[in-house]
Amino acid sequence: MAVKDFIRERFFPHIWCPGCGHGIVLNSLLRAVESLGMSKNEIVMVSGIGCSSRISGYLDFHTLHTIHGRALAFATGVKLSRPELNLIVPMGDGDALAIGGNHFIHAARRNIDLTAIVMNNRIYGMTGGQFSPLSGCGVMATTAPFATVDQSFDVAELARAAGATFVARSTTYHVQQLTKLLREAILHEGFSVVEVLTQCPTYFGRRNKMGGAVEMMKWFKDNTTPVGSKAKTENPALIERGIFVQTERPEYCKAYDQVIERAQKGKK
Amino acid sequence: MKPNTKFLQGNEACVEGALYAGLRFFAGYPITPSTEIAETLSARLPQIGGKFIQMEDEIASMCAIIGASLTGHKVMTATSGPGFSLKQEALGYAVMAEIPCVVVNVQRGGPSTGNPTHVAQGDVMQARWGTHGDHAIVTLTASNHQDVFAMTVEAFNIAETYRTPVILLFDEVVGHMREKLVIPAPGEIPLVERLRTSVPGGVDYHPYLPREDGRLPMSDFGGVHRYNVTGLFHDMWGFPSDNPGVVHGLMRHLVDKIENNAGQLARYKEFELQDADTVLISYGSAARSALHVVRNRRARGEKLGLLELQTLWPFPAALVRDHCARARSVVVVEMNTGQIMREVKAAVKNPENVFLANRIDGTLITPTDIRNILRLIQGRGV
Repeated sequence: MAVKDFIRERFFPHIWCPGCGHGIVLNSLLRAVESLGMSKNEIVMVSGIGCSSRISGYLDFHTLHTIHGRALAFATGVKLSRPELNLIVPMGDGDALAIGGNHFIHAARRNIDLTAIVMNNRIYGMTGGQFSPLSGCGVMATTAPFATVDQSFDVAELARAAGATFVARSTTYHVQQLTKLLREAILHEGFSVVEVLTQCPTYFGRRNKMGGAVEMMKWFKDNTTPVGSKAKTENPALIERGIFVQTERPEYCKAYDQVIERAQKGKK
Repeated sequence: MKPNTKFLQGNEACVEGALYAGLRFFAGYPITPSTEIAETLSARLPQIGGKFIQMEDEIASMCAIIGASLTGHKVMTATSGPGFSLKQEALGYAVMAEIPCVVVNVQRGGPSTGNPTHVAQGDVMQARWGTHGDHAIVTLTASNHQDVFAMTVEAFNIAETYRTPVILLFDEVVGHMREKLVIPAPGEIPLVERLRTSVPGGVDYHPYLPREDGRLPMSDFGGVHRYNVTGLFHDMWGFPSDNPGVVHGLMRHLVDKIENNAGQLARYKEFELQDADTVLISYGSAARSALHVVRNRRARGEKLGLLELQTLWPFPAALVRDHCARARSVVVVEMNTGQIMREVKAAVKNPENVFLANRIDGTLITPTDIRNILRLIQGRGV
């Protein structure tokens, strides 16, 4: 099946700004899905609210565009009731880790088989450029006219600590790697997290004088390094890309099957 | 006792009703005084191959049941005041996206943490208007365990018929009190199963295009039809739209499908109303005391009757108006500051004849309380 067959052409053009990285994530995700040869009927995409969350409407899967921050909770209901389906949950950084932070850590703790994609542009784009929990210190935003003093999360460390069994990171510059990581994440049985650094030239780039989309993607190229590289030891400020966690632990829906087994044994 | 006769709590009667109706997925979070519903279902659901999940919070519980409903299952969550507040946004999502689900609120005293282990009926208006935006909602209640069972089955039937969330608004007394329940034989109460589309795979299916009768056949997530579900105003494909015609059409559809059927949705019981000059209107555990007063005063020759409401929303205004037409006085018995009384006043011809008999201190209103208020209304003093 060609990549374009995964698109709902009827609903284009999309709402994203020129230069936005979200289209690259969409492209990369579809190439990953295509390479897996999955049927469109097996895939359920659940998203929340924000620029990134609009990704679901454009794709010809079963798509559930929910409320702000709660995509993983909706997805948990879909997955547990129909474990044979493949759940992909694209979220923004504010969506996943501010308002949705509790659901994020608990989905990781349960190790339920969902693929969470955190499209991290370090800003609330849909509402016009407020700082997010991933903006970090010293960032200009419409709600931080004197620069932020808030510290940010490391998504990968948070996901690891909460119990996610697959954790990876890439950027919109490193599309080949991103496609490979998304493929691995979808294949992984358990809660998987892929953080994608993606550019918002309209609100983050402009206000923080980072240039346009090209300059911001170049920033990703220059400021990231593969996991465990020598460059990281020489320059700790570099952001690592690649797989951080890839382990096995009982998956929640499978574990619940044992509950059913025990309950029915007790009854008969 | 016969095997289908149980002696149990109201919360357990609700569980029995839900399982009878075909519940297969429950997500919840511990909260007094509804916790027994989650506890009982954590044991019962896996026994029949269903799923129970304890979520990280009340919001997540509401979201999870919506997701599970979309895959074709009958779903429920249960909570009380503070949890009901937290569920409101997702409840509105179920209204907008037209997802069948049942939400139980076993009421306790509020606002805030309030009076967790004591009875109140203060969430009547929250059930009606708790989620933001114009909308319609169905809310049922009950005063005894047989009716808790019946109304729970009704809630699932209405949720499937109208593609809507249905709220079961019980209270602490009904939830925790123990009494007899006779579980009807399978088939004794008709069940409404999900209406699924007959459109074959590969043919364009419109999830939000109502049939001539107003119903919208569904297609299970994971099935042959792939479509979009959103909390934004949307067109017949479920795709977001802010076209004024689309927005107006959907708003009218969402409200009309409930409000235009208020008569059909009205569930109620009448006691001694045929010649009553004083009509009591009550619901939930308060109606037990009201019924006691009616029986007691009838024995003494007073023309007292009771209209027990089981459907609170959409408010059965026509029913109330008709039943109060010949009454000299109408006394609304409830455990709040007059939430249903205001609806009754708006419904009847002579609102000046409507009085409130209430109690708001966390204890069940007693027949003596009601009797004293009746004497005051009659000008006879306590």
